Amino acid sequence: MDDVVKGDVRLLSESQGTYMTIPLQTVGLTKNYGGLCVTDAVDFSLEPGARHALIGPNGAGKTTFVNLITGVIPPTSGEIRSFGRDITNMAPRQRVKHGIARTFQINSLFPQLTTAENVALAITERTGAASRMFSRVERDAELERETVTLLEDLSILDMANKRIAGLAYGQRRMVEIAIALAVKPQILLLDEPAAGVPTNESRAIIELLERLPSHISILLIEHDMDLVFRFANKITVLVEGHVLLEGDCAQIRSDARVKEIYLGRRHG
Amino acid sequence: MNTSVLPGDSFNQHHWSIWDALPWVLGLAVFYLFDGYLALGTIVIIMIIACMSLNLVLGYGGVETLGHAAFFGIGAYVAGLWAIHVTPEPITGLFAAAAVSALFGLLSGYFLMRMRSLTLLMLTLAVGMAVYEFANKWSSVTGGDDGLSGISVAPLFGVFEFDLVGRTGYLYALGVLFIVFLLFRAVVCSPFGLALRGVRENIWRMKLIGSPVTLRLVTAYTLAGAIAGLGGALYAQTIQVVGLDSLSFELSGNLLIMVVLGGVGRLYGPFVGAIIFLLVQDRAAAFSPQHWMFAIGIVLILSVKLSENTLIQKAGHGLKKWTMW
Repeated sequence: MDDVVKGDVRLLSESQGTYMTIPLQTVGLTKNYGGLCVTDAVDFSLEPGARHALIGPNGAGKTTFVNLITGVIPPTSGEIRSFGRDITNMAPRQRVKHGIARTFQINSLFPQLTTAENVALAITERTGAASRMFSRVERDAELERETVTLLEDLSILDMANKRIAGLAYGQRRMVEIAIALAVKPQILLLDEPAAGVPTNESRAIIELLERLPSHISILLIEHDMDLVFRFANKITVLVEGHVLLEGDCAQIRSDARVKEIYLGRRHG
Repeated sequence: MNTSVLPGDSFNQHHWSIWDALPWVLGLAVFYLFDGYLALGTIVIIMIIACMSLNLVLGYGGVETLGHAAFFGIGAYVAGLWAIHVTPEPITGLFAAAAVSALFGLLSGYFLMRMRSLTLLMLTLAVGMAVYEFANKWSSVTGGDDGLSGISVAPLFGVFEFDLVGRTGYLYALGVLFIVFLLFRAVVCSPFGLALRGVRENIWRMKLIGSPVTLRLVTAYTLAGAIAGLGGALYAQTIQVVGLDSLSFELSGNLLIMVVLGGVGRLYGPFVGAIIFLLVQDRAAAFSPQHWMFAIGIVLILSVKLSENTLIQKAGHGLKKWTMW
């Protein structure tokens, strides 16, 4: 690519056009733990502005897939690309700067800090203000404005001054999402955002997910099929580490294998 | 138009109140009313500074360390050597000590701050021991086992002689403590301070919101080096002898006890911890020179028994408001 002569530039950039705009793509992504293959040559691509769901039975390797993409664990082989860039060996922190944010299946928050502080942390790290030593956090009007807007969007502004350790579980799930949004990601990986949340509270989370700005490409990992069918327009089914099937809601709903492996086991 | 604001105390930050005058009123009261205690008072002030340094990395950054005396001792030796070989003027000595200790924090922190928990405990312990042995063996410069003596300090600002009773030394130390405290307070209330607490609470989530956690910790460790170095420099300039004990594991341990006693990660924790520890030590040693550690042990057991985290926490709402965190 480095030694492209001038005349070829136009051609190359045209063929690269789509490639450059694909938020996330994996090619033959594999993760082995000894003899156990948890991610098996997964070819996957997330379209711009996608509402894409990743489903599969327990142990299918969904969270491992998210961990590979965010750099929490290194892959055994394969490649991860984002907006035309190979990010396979990029440090987790750099991937965040590149636009990838995630939430955790099991809350991963800052328990002794307040809700506002949890969100402000992510904002100041994004803007670079976090290296400032001699300005007071609460005097930063810009920071306060952004924190307020975000918390208000998520209807958790009234909890801003409460420590995470004192919040209800459903509220913590909201903060989990708030932190990821504060990063202003282009790609958002949601690992079972409504897991363990009572039905009446999970509605608030679903509504929140539907309100997320359309320019963010979202990959949703979820067990609740009602939520998946409501939210996603594309679904990938992962079984024992490999992609069983990919399609729209109707295709997934009508597929016999999915019914047997996934839905059948849950409802039968 | 968005007119909403954050509820009060959304950011857990210290706000000035009348109570904040207490340590300084107390400090001046000792000066005017109990001048027999000025030597002890000076040590208390110096240890508060050293504890603030440890509190920054341990209480705010969540960095466990058993080698904090290295910073203190390096500061003490640098200030002592500065007074002997460069100039007896004390303020430049302070800066020299802080700079060298900070540099040591930067260099050692570059390697150490990638480690956590038990590994870090062992490595900080090892680094502390290495510095101790280095000072011990390099006796042509440090005086080795005999300590560094012959330190004479010129009058402060060219005016105030360091007298035998220690009046100048006490006020000098109190003044440095005041400045260090103001800087410390500013740092922990800053976005950097917030990020540091974030690292303490959840280092992995910090990485996944894009935080350069190692850089944050190395910065804090360097800053801690400077602060503890100032404490060591005050020690050298007021006692005017520097011994190997300023680098000892015992001092590292004592600092840890003081910080835990006062409350880890609390703005006024070092004040409370150092005062309790050194007063109990002083009284118990007067009572029974061999067994003073026994009294400290009882205080420690009580403090752990009586509260989950700190002595302060249970001391009532008024106090809690005052101390924040």
